[in-house]
Amino acid sequence: MPSGEVVLQVEDLVKHYPLTVGVLFKKQVGAVRAVDGVSFDLHEGETLGIVGESGCGKSTLARLLMGLETPTSGTVRFMGEDVFGRGRAGLKQLRRNIQIVLQDPYTSLNPRMTVGDIVGEPFEIHPEVAPRGDRRRKVQELLDVVGLNPEHINRYPHQFSGGQRQRIGIARGLALRPKILVCDEPVSALDVSVQAQVINLLDDLQDSFGLSYVFIAHDLSVVRHISDRVAVMYLGRIVETGDEVEIYEHPTMPYTQALLSAVPVPDPSQRGRGTQIVLTGDVPSPADPPSGCTFRTRCWKADDLCAREEPALVHRAGRPHPSRCHYAEDVRVVPSGPG
Amino acid sequence: MSADVLDSGEGRPVPAGDALLQVRDLQVEFRTRDGVAKAVNGVSLDVHAGRTLAVLGESGSGKSVTAQAVMGILDSPPGFVTGGQVLFEGTDLLQLSSRQMQRFRGERIAMVFQDALSALNPVYSVGFQIAEMFRVHLGTSRREGMAKALELMERVRIPAAKERLKNYPHQFSGGMRQRIMIAIALALDPQVLIADEPTTALDVTVQAQIMALLADLQRESGMGLILITHDLGVVADVADDIVVMYAGKVVERAPVHDIYADPAHPYTEGLLASIPRVDRKGQDLAAIKGLPPNLTRLPSGCPFHPRCPYRRDDPCTTEEPPLYEVSSERGSACHFWDEVVGGDHRAKW
Amino acid sequence: MPDPSSPLPGPGQGGADKPVHIAAMAHGETATGPSGADTVGKPRSLWSDAWHDLRRRPVFLLASALIAFLVVVAIAPGLFTGSDPTFCDLSRSNQTPSASAPFGYNKQGCDIYARVLYGARPSIAVGILVSLGAVLVGGTIGALAGFYGGVVDSVLSRFADVFFAIPLLLGGIVFLSVFPDRNLWTVVAALVVLGWPQLTRIMRGAVISVRDADFVTAARALGASNRRILLRHILPNALAPVIVIATINLGIYIVVEATLSFLGIGLPPTTVSWGGDISSAQSSLRTAPHVLMFPAAALSLTVLSFIMLGDAVRDALDPRLR
Repeated sequence: MPSGEVVLQVEDLVKHYPLTVGVLFKKQVGAVRAVDGVSFDLHEGETLGIVGESGCGKSTLARLLMGLETPTSGTVRFMGEDVFGRGRAGLKQLRRNIQIVLQDPYTSLNPRMTVGDIVGEPFEIHPEVAPRGDRRRKVQELLDVVGLNPEHINRYPHQFSGGQRQRIGIARGLALRPKILVCDEPVSALDVSVQAQVINLLDDLQDSFGLSYVFIAHDLSVVRHISDRVAVMYLGRIVETGDEVEIYEHPTMPYTQALLSAVPVPDPSQRGRGTQIVLTGDVPSPADPPSGCTFRTRCWKADDLCAREEPALVHRAGRPHPSRCHYAEDVRVVPSGPG
Repeated sequence: MSADVLDSGEGRPVPAGDALLQVRDLQVEFRTRDGVAKAVNGVSLDVHAGRTLAVLGESGSGKSVTAQAVMGILDSPPGFVTGGQVLFEGTDLLQLSSRQMQRFRGERIAMVFQDALSALNPVYSVGFQIAEMFRVHLGTSRREGMAKALELMERVRIPAAKERLKNYPHQFSGGMRQRIMIAIALALDPQVLIADEPTTALDVTVQAQIMALLADLQRESGMGLILITHDLGVVADVADDIVVMYAGKVVERAPVHDIYADPAHPYTEGLLASIPRVDRKGQDLAAIKGLPPNLTRLPSGCPFHPRCPYRRDDPCTTEEPPLYEVSSERGSACHFWDEVVGGDHRAKW
Repeated sequence: MPDPSSPLPGPGQGGADKPVHIAAMAHGETATGPSGADTVGKPRSLWSDAWHDLRRRPVFLLASALIAFLVVVAIAPGLFTGSDPTFCDLSRSNQTPSASAPFGYNKQGCDIYARVLYGARPSIAVGILVSLGAVLVGGTIGALAGFYGGVVDSVLSRFADVFFAIPLLLGGIVFLSVFPDRNLWTVVAALVVLGWPQLTRIMRGAVISVRDADFVTAARALGASNRRILLRHILPNALAPVIVIATINLGIYIVVEATLSFLGIGLPPTTVSWGGDISSAQSSLRTAPHVLMFPAAALSLTVLSFIMLGDAVRDALDPRLR
């Protein structure tokens, strides 16, 4: 269960992709503000769920956390150390502590490598972690831990189902015994009946290995199930964050409320009982976000203040969690489920 | 179906009567190099005017193939319809020539797909594509076709429709493209609309908009809607009747409230126990163990038995269960459905 | 930080292993078993899948048989004939085929059958060597251009474009007319210099399509170096289209070599080659068509075989590329 120690500190992380014109002499005319100032802490053993819809920047955030992209500004600290401040060798060292599980089981494994090679590659890249003679055994252990038959070590990815491939990806992510796993939509591409298997696996692994998760997803039900704390992203910023009960039962920011009201509850007796909020309009382009509060173009409460002043992420509406809305109000959106 | 009016469960009276579309014992095979896959293995279902039938299943269950066979758009080869009937107001669609079926498609039955970007032609404007329905089927002039296209775009609530008639598909967002696809499908006022995973690729807020739109459109036109999906939440929100498919067969059939409150088939029960819910937290997710079967090598007897906690060796591994009648409105293809119904739906998982 | 080389975590060794194992198996899947979803059979790489597919295609079998035969002929033409292709008796000029000389004699009185057999070697050698050379040169440049992108890509691609613009045959003629001393190796070199850009483009395209794949991202996330990513992840997955084109091009290179020899610019006339023979058969085309026919047929058959092989390989590999 989450201890107090902060393992990951993200401060004002920004990633803008420049938009240029010109072929030879490029001139910057704007930028896609994929991640526009994100801050959060991750504690040991905790799962932080990051939810948002397409274009909110959560995938870019995942890549930043993994050091796969360099930020335009801001810092990411692992156990107090700046991830981007140590050069390539330092970054490679830090990779032993933060690993990733990707979304698509059909493209995240090299089709021309055996499963044993895939799961064993971390040991080849970081030979100090396991002596050569030991590697095969460790790979088999990993396959076993994720619920696969260790004897299938020489099979190829296309011989496995989607759920099994996702397990292989998880085994690969665990090989170096990282402290943090960034999970980028790990179950979205799986069938419903398989999702539960993989979610349960991730839960168990967290307990056995003392992992901390950054769990990025668009499925609010899955996120609720697995997260201790949740951050809601919109157009590159966190608009509301708090522990799971606060966010799901006491959302104060209109976007969160709209998001929650849109999630269909698998219970027909609840039809018409939850609050129905249907948003109008499309998500604005991240290259040209609205002034002030970026959500104002779709918000039913928006007024001049919202266009002038960007609301800060602070505690509002008497709730112990921060959100960004000048007119924040605690509204229960999700019907209180039976039992 | 002797009563004239059936309550849909929401206080909205809906005229019942003979089904608009009846699928009877449909069989579809896929002949591949690895063998013959029985993608649809004796599926029967009914669609009524003004009601929504949800076909619920995961990948490999045969739900999309069923829809394609009904529409006559099955990829053949490798798919072949090898048996059954698809009765639309008495006419068996499977017996029609492709030319006759072409008239049916669009005018009487229409379909909306999952990925609007690939279903729409990128080199023609959306107005053109909607108007095409009128030009091809009714022979209307180009100008009149565009006028009707505009009407339809407004009906599916595309803002600034007049300006956007000439836009191309890639200039619209995912949700808007889906609306355009719906507009094309509804152009000729079909009696049945098949929606194959219409919102799976969309964000949840957009999904809510589209499902609300479909519900309104259905109410206005009284058409029958077949919703093919794997999303138990969406089904609970909009469906009137549900058919659950597994390995090419219908394993349970029931009105929506009954299925969620009291499933009668182990697969349905397992699915319901395994989904995380936004309105509650903290329970373990009960996972159905194992994998869906290989359709070229189906297990003997009941296709679900390798994964089923209710199974007994006999008759589950030897006899394929028929759709037992649980009540006048419900069916379950499980030899032990009476153990599933009414019991503790989490005990076995 | 926990000791990375320790086995499964937990308070002890043996005791802690079990609970994790059981927990894992509890929500694991039986990959084998009566579910029928026994997708995990014997190990089957994509290459071996392609091989199994190829083995069943008649086109592949036919083409391979022909090529195998041609290679044997090229290596040891003496096995198939006792005659000396360079021994020419003018008294037999333009004799039609007979029992002792199945293909007859050409204008100089040389045994055409022997010349066709001995002519296989330079043609096939050129084809194979040029293909290999073009793949090596073009593939390397294309891989670098595709992988690094940006300025590197621009420079290398423009460089390739320059050579790409030169028509193969014309360029060959120009190049080789500059060399006073012509032999197999100069011909091969000339064709490689002109032929590599096509493979560069193919490789570059293939590398670009693989470069952003998820499994490459995963390898980077593990800390893999560029070298490892290129050699271990990208190249094996980018190779398929290159192999297909190189195989089909083999046939084309053979034709070009024959054309160059026909024009007198390719291999020296002392070498027995199909192109040379076709060239000298021109003058007697009307009176003694068999002199042209046999070397031409041999050439066509060879080229056809390689093109068929390339086609079959493409069909077998293509679906696997998905």
